[in-house]
Formats: sequence, C-alpha cells, structure tokens
Amino acid sequence: MQLSRDEMLGAYRRMKTIRAFEERLHDEIMTGEIAGFTHLYAGQEAAAVGVCDHLTNEDFIVSTHRGHGHCIAKGCDVEAMMLEIYGRRDGLCKGRGGSMHIADLSVGMLGANGIVGAGAPQAVGAAISAKLDGKGRVAIAFSGDGACNQGTTFEAMNMAVVLKVPAIFVFENNHYSEHTGFDYAVGTSKDIASRAEAFGMKAWRANGSDFFDTHDTMRELLDYVRAGNGPAAIELDTERFYGHFEGDPQRYRGEGELDRIRETRDCLKAFRARVSEAGLLDPADLDAIDAEVLALIDKAVANARVAAPPDPASVADDVYASY
Amino acid sequence: MSHTNMTIREAIASTIDAEMARDDSIIILGEDIVGGAGTAGGPEAIGGIWGTTGGLYGKYGAGRVLDTPISESAIVGAAAGAALAGKRPIAELMFADFIGVSLDQLWNQMAKFRYMFGGKTRCPAVVRMIYGAGMNAAAQHSQSAYAILTSMPGLKVVLPATPADAKGLLTEALRGDDPVMFFEHKALYGVKGDVPDGEYRLPFGQARQVRSGGDITIVTCGGMVRFCEKAADALAKDGIGVDLLDLRTTSPMDEEAILDSVESTGRLVVVDESPPRCSLAADISAIVAQKAFSSLKAPPLMVTPPHTPVPFARELERAWLPSHKDVEAAVRKTLAYNGSR
Repeated sequence: MQLSRDEMLGAYRRMKTIRAFEERLHDEIMTGEIAGFTHLYAGQEAAAVGVCDHLTNEDFIVSTHRGHGHCIAKGCDVEAMMLEIYGRRDGLCKGRGGSMHIADLSVGMLGANGIVGAGAPQAVGAAISAKLDGKGRVAIAFSGDGACNQGTTFEAMNMAVVLKVPAIFVFENNHYSEHTGFDYAVGTSKDIASRAEAFGMKAWRANGSDFFDTHDTMRELLDYVRAGNGPAAIELDTERFYGHFEGDPQRYRGEGELDRIRETRDCLKAFRARVSEAGLLDPADLDAIDAEVLALIDKAVANARVAAPPDPASVADDVYASY
Repeated sequence: MSHTNMTIREAIASTIDAEMARDDSIIILGEDIVGGAGTAGGPEAIGGIWGTTGGLYGKYGAGRVLDTPISESAIVGAAAGAALAGKRPIAELMFADFIGVSLDQLWNQMAKFRYMFGGKTRCPAVVRMIYGAGMNAAAQHSQSAYAILTSMPGLKVVLPATPADAKGLLTEALRGDDPVMFFEHKALYGVKGDVPDGEYRLPFGQARQVRSGGDITIVTCGGMVRFCEKAADALAKDGIGVDLLDLRTTSPMDEEAILDSVESTGRLVVVDESPPRCSLAADISAIVAQKAFSSLKAPPLMVTPPHTPVPFARELERAWLPSHKDVEAAVRKTLAYNGSR
C-alpha cells in the first residue's frame, strides 16, 4: 500500500530523530556529563518506526534496555527524554529512571526495562486489558535476540496463545546479545520467528533495516491481530551500529564489519534512496527535516546540560501512591 | 454493625466476589483458579484449589477470570502489565514459595514502576500467595516469604490473621493504587470469626491490639498470632500481662504501636515464622533497640524457627515451627532477665 507524502515524511523524521538523538548521545557520553549505562538504538530505526507508525496512543508497547528508539517512535517527548538521560529534575521520569527506565503512559509507552526479557509478560497483561476493553487495541513487546532466550519470553508467548490476547512479540534481531553472537546463542537454526510459531502463533519475518518492508509486514500482522485472531510475532533482521553499551570496545566485531553494515544496512540511506529513485519525495524536503531534527537535538542537549538537577530532598518521594 | 460468622477462606472468597461485582476493572488470574479448563470435567471442575475463587468464572466470565498455564513469571508479569494498562489485577500464586520463579516481576518490575518512572504511574496489582508451615508440605511449599518481600521498597505486605481482617485488608488492597503482597496462611483458612457485613476497610500500617497487659510486649503477625494468643492466655493465669500486637501489615509497619507498647512494658518478644537471619523479628528487634533503648529492661528476644529449610516429617516440622510453649518460655526468660522482675 502506497503511503501518503506526509506519512513518509513523518516516518523519515522519526527515524532521523532517533539517529540524531543516539549519535549525539554517543558524542556527549564521551564528555563524561552523562552518568550511568547507555545502550544506543542507532541502526535499528526502521524497526521501531515501522512498527510504531501503525499505533495510536491507545496501543501499548513495552521496551527494552535499548529503548530510546521505541520511546521516540511511540511519541515520547524528545526534550524530556534528553533531560531524563542527563538525570534532570524535569526529565520524563524526574531523573529517577535514566536511560534504561523511560516510560510515558500518556502515549502508551509502558516502560523501557533494564532486565532482558522482563517486558514480554507485561505486554501479555496489557493485552489482557486491551482484549477486555474490546476496542481493538494491541500490546507490543519489543525483544531482542537476547531476550528471545529468556524463559519469561517463552512463558509470555505460551500464555498469550492460551488466552488468545492481542499481544505482539517483535523480535529485533541485531545479531548480538550483549557481546555474544546470534549464531552461538540462539539454538533454532538462526530463526527466532520459528520459536513463536512453535508456541502456536503466526509469525512474520521482515527486513528490519528497511522501513517499507517492516511497515508493510506490520500492517498485515496488525490487521490479523486487531481482527481478534490472538497473538502474533515478527522477526526483524536489523543491525546495531554501536556497542552493547557506550564504552563497549566491540572487539567481537569482524574486520570492517561496522563500515560494511553502515554502508549496506543503513535504514536511513535506504529510505532516501528508495523515495528519491521512485520520485516519491524531494531530497530537499528530507534535507530540511535533517536540519530541523539536528536543531531539535541541539536544543535538547543545550537545555539538558544546564537544567536543574533533582532536589536531593525528593529522594524518598513516590515509592508508593499512598503511604 | 451486623456481622456474619465465617472462615478466613469464606471471607477472602466473598471479598473477591464483592469487589469484582463493584469494580469492572478487577480481573483475577492464576493456576487452576478456575480449574478443569481443557478437561472433560470442564471449567470449574475444581473451582480453585484453595476454595477462594470458586464460582467467579461463571459469574464474571473468561475475560476477567483467567486460568493460566503454570508460568509464575508470566502470571505476575501479566498482572504488572495489566495494572499499568488500567486494570486492577489479582494474581494468585498457589504457594508463596513460587516467588522464586516470579521474583523479577515482583521486585524489579511492579515494586519499582512508580518510583523509577518518576511517580507518574500506578501499579494496583494484588498478588495473593498462600504461605506457612504446619501442614507437612515440606521445604518448597511451607515458607513464610513475607520477610523477603517486606525488604523490598515499593511493595506493601499484608498478612491477615482473622476473617474480619482478611476482608478489611483485602478490600483496602483492591481499592489502593500500589502493588500489594497478600499472604494467606494455609493453616488459617478454616479459622472462623465474625466479619462485619457491608463495606469494611482496614487501613494498612495499623497493628491490632490482640491482648492488653502491662508486663511484656509480644509482636507477631499472620500464622503466629494464634500461638501467641494461647501463650498470652496461659501467662495471664500466672498474673503476667501481655501486650500482644498483630502487625497485620509488615509494609507499612506500625512502628508507633510497637514503640508505644515497649515504652510502657520495657520488654519485647518478637515471634516470626520466617527464619531468623535478616528477618522481621531481627528488624523489629533492631528498631526497638535503636528507638526505645532507654525503656528496655531486658534484651529483646526473637522466637523463630531455626535457620534451616522447612522439614517434612511431622516430628521435625513440629520441632521447627515455633509453638505457644516457645513463646511462653521466651516471655518467662525475658521477665527473669537480670532479676528484672
């Protein structure tokens, strides 16, 4: 199905925002101003945007430790995210969560998660809620090729099938679980989707480095799930442009691997080439978006660097809703 | 106020039913809470192995009463997710010992959502779990896991010891916006008592004064309350007055009631069904030592099982589980300390 010009420009803007956000963080982390552990999503933008562009704020997602892309794609405020990553008072989570724990329930983003595989059961719970409400909403669990080996993910897939709830398991296969290769760690003949099929649900496979392939496949999948057919899964083959965490020396990468994947598997380059060659969008419009996005990220970083830290006296607030 | 005499089991079952009737957002999930799904006997062939969920499926349907596979991580995780997504889930862990296979979802997930997400989320999930020794259920089906969960900020921990408290505390749990660990002692299900009819809520963090007497304070909770009552009654015959406190909730905990009582009696015995190290008993002893030191006439004593797993054989489990005699002995020892009485 052909997307409208606005839909394509929007998708490009979101992918570019994720890329620029992550590339800028990569630089800023080197300055030492940002505390803690940060896991960058750059390279996987087509997956987050190709999935989330089908969703509304009424649909739910649960994310991973590599969650910035999912947050941006689902509509979290970019400046508030930057404040959170800098640990500021006005961050999306008041500086309490940081990079690995960004959540914004107002847009259906139920939380990034520091525990690999913890999100899948929560998506099943959100899907139970969605099914009961009967409004055609869905709940998506983003997982990687690491989380596909966690028992929680297996339990969640089986329970979703048993309860026939609109849960969608999106497996972003970036070929590395932390510093260990997919070929070593995943026992099902280089195929994650087959695991979902083994649990009794329909599964799709798409090129997660290609926005259009991901987006088209997700449309088919979502039509199936929103029609009340129960859960489904999709494996998206994608690439991680940075290390597991910032500071990872990536000694596990092959010779020239990063250059090669950036050359041949860059979803932004592929998007530009596709829409330009087909005459769908004017490259000047994409350039204009690039400039706007970079200005937004500049502003977000400039603000975050000087923003107020949380008040230490608030350290014990908000443990409970009522005391 | 009118009352109805019933068991703790009946109080819990009727409270779940009444709250589900009142609030459409309450759902319940767990293993065999319906029972018989996918069998010739059909749904409700069992009606919940503890008899606390029978009849709910027929009344509220499969959308709100969810029989799950044996997948405790997914049960608790689904409760966490459903709570974030606007529901009030009740998850049942058939045995509290099964927190071992669901702990991440309790500890790293539902306990932390609110704080970690900047106070902007609520997670109104109630995890009911069946605990306690005394039925020869052995090492993996008898534990009192409340001390472990009490140590985790973000969780509330509730242990009713009477049918009325079961109703009041469960209602409160289902009306609140925080994750609640609701411990039901398997040996107490048959205990009978008067339960107030109609709306009945008990605020968390308010201990129940079970006995009043000025000589010594006994602090306890859950399954140990009945042994402490027996000990207090025996001691009363010897003219020893016991201030007996049932904590009802260990998080939040009624520190004020403990300290007030110890300040008047000067003596403390803490009775706890969990093993002694890093336990509730140790915690309360430490609090009293720090905050009521000048009132103490004798060192606080802890009555707990030994630091071992729960044994199976009747003789061994009896030896393991604190008894009313152990409580009585601890009281007499405290009173005799240094000739203080």
